[in-house]
Amino acid sequence: MTAAHQAYLLQARQMQALSFTMHIPLVCFGIAFPAMVLFAEWLFLRSGDELYRTLARRWTRIMAALFAVGVITGTILSFEMGLLWPQFTATFGSVFGLGFAIEGFSFFMEAIFIGIYVYGWNRLSPRAHFLSGIPIVIAGMTGSLMVIAVNAWMNHPTGFRLVGGHVTDVHPLTALFDNGFLWPELTHMYIAGYIVCGFLVAGAYAIGRLRGKWGRYERTALAIPLTIAALASPVQVLVGDWAARDVATQQPIKLAALEGLAKTTKGAPEHLLGWYENEKVKYGIEIPKLLSLLAFHDPNATVTGLDTVPKDRRPPINVVRISFQTMVGIGTLLALLGVWLLAVRIRRRRLPESAWFYRAVALAGPASLVALIAGWVTTEVGRQPWIVYQVMLTSQAVTGAGGIVVGYATLALVYLGVVCAVIWILRRLARQPLREASPPPPTPSPAP
Amino acid sequence: MHLYEIPLIFVLIGLALYVVLAGADFGAGFWQLLAGAGRMGERIRDHAHEAMAPVWEANHVWLIFVITVTWTAYPTAFASIASTLSVPLFIAAVGIIMRGASYALRAGTETAAERRRVDLVFALSSVLTPFALGTIVGGIASQRVPVGNAAGDMFSSWLNPTSIMVGVLAVANSAYLAAVFLAADARRVSGEGSDDDLLAALRVRALVTGLVSGAVAFAGLIVVRSDAHFLYTRLLHGSALAAVIVSAVAGLATLELVRRSSFEAARYTAALAVAAVLAGWALAQRPLLLEGLTVQQAAAPHDTLVVVVISVIAGATILFPSLALLFRLVLQGRLDHGEPDAGGSAAAAAGRSELGRLLAASAPGLLARAAGACLLAGFGFLTVAEAGWAHAIGVAALFGFLICGFLAVVPAQLADFARQERSHGADGTR
Repeated sequence: MTAAHQAYLLQARQMQALSFTMHIPLVCFGIAFPAMVLFAEWLFLRSGDELYRTLARRWTRIMAALFAVGVITGTILSFEMGLLWPQFTATFGSVFGLGFAIEGFSFFMEAIFIGIYVYGWNRLSPRAHFLSGIPIVIAGMTGSLMVIAVNAWMNHPTGFRLVGGHVTDVHPLTALFDNGFLWPELTHMYIAGYIVCGFLVAGAYAIGRLRGKWGRYERTALAIPLTIAALASPVQVLVGDWAARDVATQQPIKLAALEGLAKTTKGAPEHLLGWYENEKVKYGIEIPKLLSLLAFHDPNATVTGLDTVPKDRRPPINVVRISFQTMVGIGTLLALLGVWLLAVRIRRRRLPESAWFYRAVALAGPASLVALIAGWVTTEVGRQPWIVYQVMLTSQAVTGAGGIVVGYATLALVYLGVVCAVIWILRRLARQPLREASPPPPTPSPAP
Repeated sequence: MHLYEIPLIFVLIGLALYVVLAGADFGAGFWQLLAGAGRMGERIRDHAHEAMAPVWEANHVWLIFVITVTWTAYPTAFASIASTLSVPLFIAAVGIIMRGASYALRAGTETAAERRRVDLVFALSSVLTPFALGTIVGGIASQRVPVGNAAGDMFSSWLNPTSIMVGVLAVANSAYLAAVFLAADARRVSGEGSDDDLLAALRVRALVTGLVSGAVAFAGLIVVRSDAHFLYTRLLHGSALAAVIVSAVAGLATLELVRRSSFEAARYTAALAVAAVLAGWALAQRPLLLEGLTVQQAAAPHDTLVVVVISVIAGATILFPSLALLFRLVLQGRLDHGEPDAGGSAAAAAGRSELGRLLAASAPGLLARAAGACLLAGFGFLTVAEAGWAHAIGVAALFGFLICGFLAVVPAQLADFARQERSHGADGTR
């Protein structure tokens, strides 16, 4: 690979990473937010209490705005399958493409029922309106199932044979769904959606509490997403561990990169923090045999090291390792925050009262976003240099068209504008009252 | 018909629906640009936005459908097209970003000046996007996309007479479809005859753009004759010719229906005109997909085609009733916004029950214990056990924990908040 080609490949990968980073937080809202909105509406239907209706309606406006942005960032990703990686799509479209074709129908369901739900608040009967929200929640599940099925296939490709650069013996259903990698990855992402959405929404009301806005409306609006995130984050520790054990058996080189394990080792130690250099982790805290114990449930198990593959078949170790540790570190802190909330709830039957708790919740939103992206960096960069693990190199997949740097710069500028627009609209929607003069308006809520 | 052609038919149906449905959506943007100043201009802009807001996302998904079915069923063709025509595809992508962002932004605007700024971005991107997508179709139809990774010319593949003609036609046709659609919608919103100004303004716009679209289509034949002669000769032969004639007749019928202000019927004849022209193009190219690549050669292996066909048919059985519901609600005027709150609370009051009582019945204590049991089971089956079936049970148990835990904590807590509010007065702050 020439230096020019390498720089070019890097630009394509950066552009793809930028597009993912924009889209994935919105996916979290697509997965989790409709369920929260529907829960609030359900409370209104059962109790007739206008407060829940106001909450559901205000959240609906945020859901609608974020969905619109998610539609476009998702579209860009589908374009990039051809714009950036035509050789990947040309060679394997017949194997993995079905996942996206089915995902298209999920997307249809989401778009149709979000149109009905968002614009039907006033004119549909309350029951019909509530029911129109349910397909949105289901489509959030099936959509993530399909997309993760494709990603799991890229990490653990099956369901085809490659003969002379062409696929034969293609079984798309086997490739997508009969894949051990799918279930941990899907569960991990689905729960991440609830954690990210829960902490971000709760964080906005936590900031409000720190500023003295703490009526019943704000407490309710905080308690629903915060409880979801607080329950989900300890569960995520278990699910993440499950996913890591799968990586250990299926993608040993990725595991070696996550841990900075240079040589195949029996009873491998775990290193916390530190920097990988000259085939070892420097300045890290070493815990003997822990890696073997975590990965294989056996302190003396042998863990494959990076030395089993040539240097150009290894991912960039420090990027992967630091991302992984960031995700695990933040995930652990979020789980502790969740346990704090639940412990206070069980023992005192109320919300925590310490301002530090609310400061932590305010921070947990952005932190969970960082963990989410770090997790995706771990799995995507950790798969490098392969686009299809041990089948196709990313450098073989990239487009032959020039000018990626122009596209990358343009997209970066446009997305910067979109980020500003999203921040503007969220602040605006938080400030604006609902259009109709409903009975007693809640105390003005802070940014949701 | 062969199996390998069936996904292509799905793609063409999707494309026709995209051109008709999203075309009206792009055209709504076009009319925002040309709505003019003053009160009528603002009314057209607001009407264009409100008519499209509930449906634009669903309309947009047809493009995703076309793309994903193409790359699954004809992967080489998709990759060749997307890599050679990367520039217009990217321009369309930027246009789509701008349009989606302006839909999101308009919800937060407060003044007419803010709305005008958002509408300007929306309008410009609504012209740019169909033009760029049109040039892609022109590039494919004039056989400027060779098979391979960016094997064609990066610029002349879409900056050529046929591409530009199709791009202009796409914009004109979108404006036309939108004017017809908006006129039908304006009549529905206002009831018979009560909003004659808006209706008359839209009718004139529909007639003018209808004539322009017809003229561009006719001129297009001349362009194709000199720029892509093979396409021209094949368009004017056999079944392709029949499709072209159907399209022309449907186009003329649409004009006549608009002249008589039968906008609802005009929407269907306009759709027929679009579908017929796409069919004509496909028939003219048959059996080629790209130069030197037949549909059969481009098609995915047999198993993939079978699964794609089954999936699309299965998906359609869910999709079309849902779409019908959406459009029926729109046509019945049940998805409008800005209306005063109608009876939601009264209706809900019928099902009113004291939240506290209801939730006391669901026994938070029992739920909490169930949650604890689920968490333990989840840990045991997912983390300690090794077998695949055990992991499945473990994941189910953990989801059980999430649901039971949520129901054990949240409703009781919300009932507490309500009680506190009652005992501390309406404010509830500490």
